[in-house]
Amino acid sequence: MILLNAVVQGIFLGAFYAVLACGLSIMFGVMRIINLAHGDIAVLGAYIAFVIVERTGVSAFVAFAAALPIMLVLGYVLQLTVLERSLKAGILTPLLATFGLSIVIQNLLLLTFSPDVRSLGGAAGGFTTASWHVTSQLSVSALGVLVLAVAVVVFGLLQLFLSRTRAGWAMRATAEDADAAELVGIDSRSVYARATAIAVAIASLGGLFLAIRSVFDPASGPTQLIFAFEAVVIGGLGSLWGTLVGGIALGLAQTLGAQINPEFSVLAGHLLFLTVLVVRFGGGRITLRTLRLAR
Amino acid sequence: MTVLQVEELDCRYGLLQAVREVSLQVEHGETVALIGANGAGKTTLLRAIAGAHRPHAGRILMDGVDITHVPAHRRVALGLALVPEGRRLFPGLTVEENLRVAAAGGRRGRWNLQSVLEAFPLLQPRRRMPAANLSGGEQQAVAIGRALMSNPRILLLDEVSLGLAPVVVGAVYRSLAEVIGGGSTVLLVEQDLTRALRVAGRVVCLLEGRVVLQGDAASLDRDRVVDAYFGLRRPAVGGAPA
Repeated sequence: MILLNAVVQGIFLGAFYAVLACGLSIMFGVMRIINLAHGDIAVLGAYIAFVIVERTGVSAFVAFAAALPIMLVLGYVLQLTVLERSLKAGILTPLLATFGLSIVIQNLLLLTFSPDVRSLGGAAGGFTTASWHVTSQLSVSALGVLVLAVAVVVFGLLQLFLSRTRAGWAMRATAEDADAAELVGIDSRSVYARATAIAVAIASLGGLFLAIRSVFDPASGPTQLIFAFEAVVIGGLGSLWGTLVGGIALGLAQTLGAQINPEFSVLAGHLLFLTVLVVRFGGGRITLRTLRLAR
Repeated sequence: MTVLQVEELDCRYGLLQAVREVSLQVEHGETVALIGANGAGKTTLLRAIAGAHRPHAGRILMDGVDITHVPAHRRVALGLALVPEGRRLFPGLTVEENLRVAAAGGRRGRWNLQSVLEAFPLLQPRRRMPAANLSGGEQQAVAIGRALMSNPRILLLDEVSLGLAPVVVGAVYRSLAEVIGGGSTVLLVEQDLTRALRVAGRVVCLLEGRVVLQGDAASLDRDRVVDAYFGLRRPAVGGAPA
């Protein structure tokens, strides 16, 4: 039963990672950009929601709804001003540009909000603490269920958008061959900007969940980026549903690892990530060959 | 009426000059074939006209309006469509998605999903398949159909026969005859001289980026075309004989 509880909590935790990773996966899938500022953008979203809560006293969810249009515009502008230029300069430049952006966001947050740790847990109403005790050892938290449901809805809506709408086809077409997409009348600049806007908006949703589940400060971004990145890689680069599965696998690894020893929690996630890297990306062959050579 | 005009166009890849001071005109309803050996600059010229390659100098005019700096996707809305070399389908999209995604940025007209599938009946049973799973001939049909979906006034075709079995090439050109018969203006690149002379009303021959010969397909002497094509009987340029 303890194990079952760990599995359930792992799925909830994994759903959170999946939401966090979703935008990273979109940006990699559409533009081949690995956005190193992704975690910081999520934290920025959390701070915007935090400011709205502070000023108006509304619930965290209402504040997020108000922050959403801001984040969409921010993503759109970010693509047209920074990322588009960096994309023209080769594949390494976006990596450098987003790394710089990450530092800029962290320091701006530090300047504006001080290094104090904040949380939106109190502003989320009864959600943060409510849970159902199925048995004495198995409890299902309301927040966990909410995050899982939102994750499934977000991925489902994205899937519908990409497979059923003309804008979705244009996004897939641009992802596969931007040059050819231009030749059939698709404005690839605008498609890229839309993809980044969606990615940034979903990142801030991840930031909201982070802020409700636990605490955040200006330096929280990079840790979130690492978990998001691991979820994307475990699920297979550029695959949307893979990212959901990858997030949940990461969450499971962490809670199951914690069953062995609480210190193993994060480590177990990293080990899963490394195993997937070695097996999927041909690292296995290299490792085996080195082993053979070493003998 | 001149629908497409290219004036003194220069295209470069770094230091390499692929197209040198090319000027040509295409009249409404005309079929013009661009011929020339590999590396003569045919594909670059077509890509520059379509907006996929930014020219170094010169102008491109459509109906007398300068479109040299108009981005590729807006040229589609103006009525230009390129069937690129190597087909360049979206492999993960189904045939139907490949076709329909191209309709949004184009013009209204007689070509829609229905009429394209009627013109290429071989695609009908394949419409829900990913484009990557099609044969070469089927992919070429999708590529042409995709260009037609935007209802172009000028259709640019780059080596539609490349890599296809002769039988399939025949079928592709038969479908094209219907398109051309519909009054479209066509500018095509074709390696096969015989086929180019048969399909086109006028032939423009490129050699090392320059126009070396042009004229009505019917009036041109085949030997002269072959000479121009390979650059024979040309005064030797520089250098000591080997």
